[in-house]
Amino acid sequence: MIIEELIEYAQKLHLREKTGKHEVKVCSAAGCLSLKSEAVADELRKKIAELGIEEEVSVKPVGCLGLCSKGPLVTIDSGNRVYQNVKPEDANLIIEKAKTDPQSETDKFFTRQQKIVLENSGQVDPEKIHDYILRDGYKALHDVLEMTPQEVIDEVTISGLRGRGGAGYPTGLKWNTVAKTGNIKKYVICNADEGDPGAFMDRSLLEGDPHRVLEGMAIAAYAVGADEGYVYCRAEYPLAIKRLKNAVKQAERAGVLGKNIFGTTFSFTVDLRIGAGAFVCGEETALIASIEGKRGQPRPRPPYPAEVGLWGSPTLINNVETYGNIAPILRNGGEWYAAIGTEKSKGTKVFALAGKIVNTGLIEIPMGISLREVIYDIGGGIPDGKKFKAVQTGGPSGGCIPEQFLDKPVDYESLSELGSIMGSGGMIIMDETSCMVDVAKYFLDFTKDESCGKCVPCRVGTVQLYNILDRITKGTGTMEDLDELDDLCDLVKNTSLCGLGQAAPNPVLSTIQYFRDEYIAHIVDKKCPAGVCKFHTHAETGKSEVII
Amino acid sequence: MLIKKIILPSDDNRWKLINATMKRHGYQPNSLIETLHTVQETFGYLDEISLKFVALTLKVPLSSVYGVATFYNFFNLKPQGKHTCVVCLGTACYIKGTNVIAEEIKKEFKLSMGKTTESGNLSLLSARCLGACGIAPAIVIDGEVHGNVSVEKTLEVLRRHENDN
Repeated sequence: MIIEELIEYAQKLHLREKTGKHEVKVCSAAGCLSLKSEAVADELRKKIAELGIEEEVSVKPVGCLGLCSKGPLVTIDSGNRVYQNVKPEDANLIIEKAKTDPQSETDKFFTRQQKIVLENSGQVDPEKIHDYILRDGYKALHDVLEMTPQEVIDEVTISGLRGRGGAGYPTGLKWNTVAKTGNIKKYVICNADEGDPGAFMDRSLLEGDPHRVLEGMAIAAYAVGADEGYVYCRAEYPLAIKRLKNAVKQAERAGVLGKNIFGTTFSFTVDLRIGAGAFVCGEETALIASIEGKRGQPRPRPPYPAEVGLWGSPTLINNVETYGNIAPILRNGGEWYAAIGTEKSKGTKVFALAGKIVNTGLIEIPMGISLREVIYDIGGGIPDGKKFKAVQTGGPSGGCIPEQFLDKPVDYESLSELGSIMGSGGMIIMDETSCMVDVAKYFLDFTKDESCGKCVPCRVGTVQLYNILDRITKGTGTMEDLDELDDLCDLVKNTSLCGLGQAAPNPVLSTIQYFRDEYIAHIVDKKCPAGVCKFHTHAETGKSEVII
Repeated sequence: MLIKKIILPSDDNRWKLINATMKRHGYQPNSLIETLHTVQETFGYLDEISLKFVALTLKVPLSSVYGVATFYNFFNLKPQGKHTCVVCLGTACYIKGTNVIAEEIKKEFKLSMGKTTESGNLSLLSARCLGACGIAPAIVIDGEVHGNVSVEKTLEVLRRHENDN
């Protein structure tokens, strides 16, 4: 099969659909669905049928359009204005807009973004492969099969792409390691166990454009010499699982997955594995154990999965967003990608904006723009006239960044210098009503529950850290507790077996570093400056006491 | 040739679904988690009979099956109530006050996390982030996600479910 045949196949499917000249795209991602975007779509369909203009305007459900807080969202054709807070009674107005000249976007939330990974999300119908193919889908895979595997790896290396799961390991280097293991059985795994609370980038990509991820995996498989792949997706994302299953079936039928892809000797099959609610399974060796049907517990590295992975074979594990970058890199060349971003952090990064911010939702920005631009220009600032306090990145493995560093650029190095990490892309904004000691306690509550229990520093250390923080938030902490926290953090960080334990102290360390005064207010003045923690003072002595 | 037949625990047709999952994976021990997912989808929870059946059929020690079933938060070893309420305790929801909502639910229905009311009508569960941070605070009632919820609205819906006969 050649690419023209694939496009012809897609066009045939497209024609069978009887779409109108203009397409009204209604966001059908989780956020908008819960705001009843389906009712908007139904009303639009009804009105179009009433007016008898099916050939002119048609309705299409699409993936996440980004601005979740102002849903339901509707957009017309490609790259035009996104209409916010659309209600079913607005149907006539939307149809009118679709027929007239399209308007361009003016909202800074959209204009400041640069979309590479999410370019199709919100544009294609995620349940139809032809929609993806007609937007250059699987073209990169087709072209790649005319290159040698080493040329593919070189292109990825030139692009400077780094792992989007959080650690930022150079993708080209990882592919090279797996490729070099020789002509033996190998696997490719897509890590879709997006466990960080406050992160939903991978979910949106899988729900909005699943074929993009599959194409990335297929290219990776060709480059490293694998013929079997798994997507490990968490069970909390039923819609993403459904759309992935559907996408795999369609791709096999179209001949872009399965045996002899594009009529070459390259074969690649993809199977799904569903997680069962364990945060630690985002760690690569735990994830592999889980695919093998065991308890998801990590093992010491080396050997790294790139050499000894799934069932003992060399295994390439990349994150959903990393695979999402592959097709555009191969289509446009590594140098094109390397021109975006900063010296060491190339390309774009998808973030999930949430918390105390006006525009919550999904964004994609070039690396290197400042936190201030993200929070105030794109995010629209803090609601209700409140004051900004901190931005939390990296989930339970990251830290809280205070106001004085808002002009720092968003890239791997800058964020880790500040005691946080890039992480998978969750960005939670906190205002003056959030207590930083309470936030640290919240994260330790999370990590102590999610610790798999294999190694002592993590199993016992996180519980002890939690207990000290709990004492402080209840007003019975002492100044010695602060030193104890420091020592314990150091121990847990340096002696834990896997990333979960090694990064668990980060929220504590960063809040002590930047918000030490809040800790002292709790300990010495028995006061919570944000008014979150409740202290109970003894009626006669005035001293605080522990309530059980 | 002797054909070894899989003996189902009872003539309940639902066991055939579970057998079908194991068959699809060639009765490989590594299909344990997939099989447990099917059991939970089919019966709502994992009881002793199903754990033993899966262990025997996949030739995995019962202790390992129990180990896996208890390791993962997603698996329930007890039946759930008629209605379930999952409170998201992800960071964005926490910042926006789902912990307060959870406390109020606990107080009102005398529940603790993971438990079911005496009437068997309502179970309270928690999730570590549903990925619905854009519409925080979020809760899931009977599988449907509700965004931007308030304490009053949540309690009102749950009261209706609790008194559902």
